[in-house]
Amino acid sequence: MTTATLLEPRKRSDLLRTVGFVALPLVILVWSFIDLTLGRELVEWIPYLASGFAMNIVISLSAMALGTMVGAIFGILELAPYRLVRYPVVAYVQIFRNAPHLVLIFATTYIFPFEIVIFGNYLPFPDWVKAVIGLAIPASAYVAEITRGAILSIATAQWEAAKGLGFSRGQAMRWIILPQCLRRSLPPWMNVAASITMGTALASLVGVHELLHAATDASTAVRRLDFTIIAYLVVMAAFFMLCYPIARLTRRLERRFNAA
Amino acid sequence: MNTFANNAIVRLEDVHLSFGQTEVLKGIDLTVNKGDAVSIIGPSGSGKSTILRCINALVAPQSGRITVGGTRVDQLTKESERIALRKRVGIVFQQYNLFPHLTVLDNIVLAPTRILGVDRREAEKLARHLLEKVRLVEKANAYPGQLSGGQQQRVAIARALAMKPELVLFDEVTSALDPETVGEVLWVIRDLVRDGMTSILVTHEMRFAEEISDTVVFTENGRVVDRGSPEQIFRNPDNPRVRQFVSGLSGHNAMRDGEGI
Ligand SMILES: Nc1ncnc2c1ncn2[C@@H]1O[C@H](COP(=O)(O)OP(=O)(O)OP(=O)(O)O)[C@@H](O)[C@H]1O
Ligand SMILES: [Mg+2]
Repeated sequence: MTTATLLEPRKRSDLLRTVGFVALPLVILVWSFIDLTLGRELVEWIPYLASGFAMNIVISLSAMALGTMVGAIFGILELAPYRLVRYPVVAYVQIFRNAPHLVLIFATTYIFPFEIVIFGNYLPFPDWVKAVIGLAIPASAYVAEITRGAILSIATAQWEAAKGLGFSRGQAMRWIILPQCLRRSLPPWMNVAASITMGTALASLVGVHELLHAATDASTAVRRLDFTIIAYLVVMAAFFMLCYPIARLTRRLERRFNAA
Repeated sequence: MNTFANNAIVRLEDVHLSFGQTEVLKGIDLTVNKGDAVSIIGPSGSGKSTILRCINALVAPQSGRITVGGTRVDQLTKESERIALRKRVGIVFQQYNLFPHLTVLDNIVLAPTRILGVDRREAEKLARHLLEKVRLVEKANAYPGQLSGGQQQRVAIARALAMKPELVLFDEVTSALDPETVGEVLWVIRDLVRDGMTSILVTHEMRFAEEISDTVVFTENGRVVDRGSPEQIFRNPDNPRVRQFVSGLSGHNAMRDGEGI
């Protein structure tokens, strides 16, 4: 029984990988060949779907980059010795860590104007950028918590050793504490990356041309039930191929760090 | 006590310190002359570590004077002043506390380059020289996790020395070590003391303290109970408490057995 329970997660992940990387693409492929009219239709729409998917990747990368920068700083500020700094940051993190992503995307979309004025120039403020901000907010809250947790997990003896050598708090943080946090926070950071990547599909609801939106456009245009099904299968397969490797890498890193 | 007053590099006068309600130091007087090695011995909880931490301003006493190389430590109010002091006073802890993400060389080079602004090449040169001193040149590129306790502790000593401190505080630096590696760390400290580095050692290694110290101080319960030359303290102590403590320890093959840290 012990071996069975030990093998369970592994077997499950193998199954998942087989479904995602083999079964799903195979179904799409075989189906397109059996019904060539469907296959041709799909091939025609693939570039459109791909352009949508590129948008998911852009939104995901931008949101994670922005969220990580802001989150790392906020995580450090959450531990600042000054209440005036700490409290607002803690409030931000607690609020946005627990807010649904969709709500934030709607909020940023409808709160921000469609263009902004800089030195008299009207710059467009496209919806996809608002979606980036909508996702960067929760990402920054998660990353702040990860950073804070990682800093707290460093033994106080490290601070003491740094202090004893003449490091200031800031210098100790920069050269001794944060570098050690980097390794520890990589696995949870990747979890956030996977969750934010999946969240990019929500941008379709505010009209951003991303994969899910593109698939909906396509199925409305083609008006065939089988095409609609296969279009959404493509969406699933695409997201899987983007998120699964992140999840795998995370688990491997976690195991490596636990062993070390 | 005041005969070498002009030469004193560290002086504590009537230092009182409490953590909340617990009075830990109840009027400590201590003078350390330049180039001397002073050992502080005494039972667990007597305040030995706290004395060291006062000297480099890791904790602040409620009253009393502390002078280190001309600086009135008890009067420092700004963190920047305390930092300036700590750059001049090295400290080595029981648990070595090396930085695990850095190689041995980088552990030693970090403080001089990042806080003294020493040129990297120059800092490395000094680091290699110090590694030679602690007999670990071949471990320059190893990570702390790959070293034995004794090796890590020697790196910690080199790391403290890299700041070119005026004096070094050693807080039970061999207490966490395997018996086999205690000797190699003591060797390094012995060399340092012979080279004239002012050292204050909290230790349970009575034989070692007897061999290298200029003065031995016995503390108990936050007070200095007795002080004197090693001979006086270890061979013919007047004070009955000291006699009891010293004889209780030497019964155990001198070294580490002592106090059960
Ligand atoms: N930060 C602190 N807060 C509260 N109490 C403390 C603190 N540091 C030390 N103490 C207490 O002060 C007393 C003296 O501690 P100290 O570490 O100086 O003793 P020591 O002589 O070094 O003992 P040991 O041989 O066990 O290291 C102990 O009773 C300890 O519990
Ligand atoms: Mg102690």
